[in-house]
Amino acid sequence: MAGLRRFPPYLSEMQEEIEGHARDYGLDFFPIIYEVLDYKTMNEVAAYGGFPTRYPHWRFGMDYEQLAKGYEWGLQKIYEMVINTNPAYAYLLEGNSLVDQKTVMGHVCAHVDFFKNNYYFSKTNRKMIDGMANHAALVRRHMARHGQDVVEDFIDTCLTLENLIDPMSPYISRVAPAKDGDDDDDARDGDDVPRMRAKQYMDKFINPPEYLEAQRKKKEEEKKRLRRRFPEEPQRDVLLFLIKNAPVDSWQRDILEIVRNEAYYFAPQAMTKIMNEGWATYWHSTIMTQKAATAAEIIDYADATAGVLASAPGRLNPYKLGIELFRYIESRWNKGQFGKEWDECDSLDAKRDWDRRLGMGRRKIFEVRRLHNDITFLDEFFTLDFCIEQKFYTFGFSERSGNWEIQSREFKKVKDQMLRMLTNRGQPFIYVEDANLENRTELLLRHAHDGTDLDLGQAKDTLRALHKVWTRPVSLLTRVEGKGKVFRCDDSTITEKPADYPA
Amino acid sequence: MSQRIDLDHGRFRQIIRGKIKQNLRKYISQGEMIARKGKDTVSIPLPQVDLPRFKWGDKQGGGVGQGDGQPGDALGQGQDKPGQGEAGDRPGEHMVELEVSLAELAEIMGEELELPRIQPKGTEKIVAWKDRFTGVRNTGPESLRHFRRTFKQALRRQISLGTYDPRNPVIIPIRDDKRYRSWRSEPLPQSNAVIIYMMDVSGSMGDEQKEIVRIESFWIDTWLRSQYHGIESRYIIHDAMAKEVDRDTFFRTRESGGTMISSAYKLCAKMIEDDYPPALWNIYPFHFSDGDNWSIDDTHACVELLKHKILPAVNLFAYGQVESPYGSGQFIKDLSEHFDDDQRVVTSEIKGKDAIMDSIKEFLGKGR
Repeated sequence: MAGLRRFPPYLSEMQEEIEGHARDYGLDFFPIIYEVLDYKTMNEVAAYGGFPTRYPHWRFGMDYEQLAKGYEWGLQKIYEMVINTNPAYAYLLEGNSLVDQKTVMGHVCAHVDFFKNNYYFSKTNRKMIDGMANHAALVRRHMARHGQDVVEDFIDTCLTLENLIDPMSPYISRVAPAKDGDDDDDARDGDDVPRMRAKQYMDKFINPPEYLEAQRKKKEEEKKRLRRRFPEEPQRDVLLFLIKNAPVDSWQRDILEIVRNEAYYFAPQAMTKIMNEGWATYWHSTIMTQKAATAAEIIDYADATAGVLASAPGRLNPYKLGIELFRYIESRWNKGQFGKEWDECDSLDAKRDWDRRLGMGRRKIFEVRRLHNDITFLDEFFTLDFCIEQKFYTFGFSERSGNWEIQSREFKKVKDQMLRMLTNRGQPFIYVEDANLENRTELLLRHAHDGTDLDLGQAKDTLRALHKVWTRPVSLLTRVEGKGKVFRCDDSTITEKPADYPA
Repeated sequence: MSQRIDLDHGRFRQIIRGKIKQNLRKYISQGEMIARKGKDTVSIPLPQVDLPRFKWGDKQGGGVGQGDGQPGDALGQGQDKPGQGEAGDRPGEHMVELEVSLAELAEIMGEELELPRIQPKGTEKIVAWKDRFTGVRNTGPESLRHFRRTFKQALRRQISLGTYDPRNPVIIPIRDDKRYRSWRSEPLPQSNAVIIYMMDVSGSMGDEQKEIVRIESFWIDTWLRSQYHGIESRYIIHDAMAKEVDRDTFFRTRESGGTMISSAYKLCAKMIEDDYPPALWNIYPFHFSDGDNWSIDDTHACVELLKHKILPAVNLFAYGQVESPYGSGQFIKDLSEHFDDDQRVVTSEIKGKDAIMDSIKEFLGKGR
């Protein structure tokens, strides 16, 4: 790789030292391979999401330009980067001070420990460097064959739909496996017409034959309706649905698959951002302050870490939130502030001085890092006490003043808002509702409205992209300012009409 | 060193160029680019280079923050949502500011307007040589002796020889210690093209008209600069009298009074005569006015000046008539009457900001 420097011996000694400390603390990580990069190469690798090779696409160039500008203007600098592979690759910025490099190594150890042990990373491809390189080769081949513009244009289209996946699907099965003898079912519940409950002698009055007949008909119609319906259940993995059902060429299907595959690879990182950064910061800080930093280094170390943990108004710093919550959990479990007794105690004094000296904190946080993702992490451990102690608030746009304002410090509101932001990685839920709308092979998507309207301008453009893939008209059912609406895209013209939006 | 990202980056720039080209008419007529001009670049705000997504609308969004403050306290002014999510995350992505060099911009404009390249007059470029001090050497004239370096050299020699006495620090340089500034002669591309801008600032030329002139001259300037290596600009304003001014004054002055176009042409002819021998210079006079000349006699004087003094010297004489609230004048008709079949004269009527682009094409479309 261009700009790669030989890994100097003093850094590899440092690596050995830091990893020794990390192992002593119980961190368990893949082997880590460090590379020292100059800032240009660092920006390049960062634009590629940490990978040395990606398929050709202008978006990476755009990210690169932004990173390069940020660096040149002194606004931002990437200290560290690490990717989820086995062995893990991590990058150090050439010319950083030794304290910084040490801190980064501690940080990286914890990230890799997290990648290796957190449940949500368990299904990711640990050979993704090869995966990305294969994607790149395949895309290049298609470009050579079909023309760069054509392929790039289609990649644009797919990237527009990139977030329409089902991030939880690797961990659960959405569809019950088909039972044997499915056909018999029909016959069996053919008789099983719902009856009103009645004593036997009253049955023929309460459930007269006409009524039963009507019920049977209704049921059959329902079944017919279901049979005509495709997909039978709404599907969240829109990309998968398109791969299986959209009338596209095989090279286009390849592109769809590549985009979907990479989206799933990156999804766990979005789902555990707070935990992952909190965990890494917790450990670099523990390793540095307890073991690795010399007296001469401690001020520089503290300065750098304070920068990482700084919070600005209206900004939720995942590093800060994560580390504070891990520390809070550790302290609670050290003091035994959990369980039935703790939950039922309503004396504030008793709670304040509660210390059972259990020392279970470390064990607990290791367990937490294994089992949770950001949502469950916050749902479980973001408590009233923590909320007050850490001064959380909700904010929103005030039409009255035309500013963004602090709205509330009420615990329930803060927590609800926080969970809402994290649900589905902060994105709207979109389902494939019907692929044969009005029996005309039109596609209908439904936005599961949860209180926030869609950005309509972008939604319309996204529909246009979807139309390119599906080729037949596509519609989106959503709610705008409380009213149901359907947007229909047919040959890049979008029409809009009111519709019933089931509550 | 070539990087992998260069390909993607190049691709991105290409897309940007396409976007600029698409919106060139808008950019040209808005004139906002001039305000964003840096030294050799302009930064252009481009909306939404990013790909669309299904995502939440902004205003109902809101979020969670951490820190001091009471409910009702503002988190910052205005409509922009405060930074949210990741630390060190990128700033709001609604608008991307892109730096584009003026040369590239000229190229884009050239492509879009299909402007022909200009064949400069006189194949030889005039080049001056400029001497620059670039380093230090051991020989040279005493007048260029570098005192400090010489002193240091002597000090170093004396210390290493052990003849330096800190209590009596006398340093005596010998011949080998002496250091002299050295220079290199560099070719200095000298401008061999000049644009002479003339503007009518009489009472009937309002701010709107001047804005049009300003925008149009910015683009003409950009294009001609891309065609000539180093270019000079001169500015003349006139009402009934003409005078030379600097660039700033040119665009700001508002006079009142009548219009005697011949005064400007007289000055322009004098300028050419004094400073720009036509054999060596590519000369571009541009004149902007609302065309309301004082008298037929004066118009006649103008025609004479053009015919005998100005036109023989110039590559192109361009007259742009800006429509003012008092209507458009007669002058453009007079000019076309006299010079209709003269390749060196271009006239263009600029009805409003939207017409600027077409007018540029008329002016520069001849490739002279």
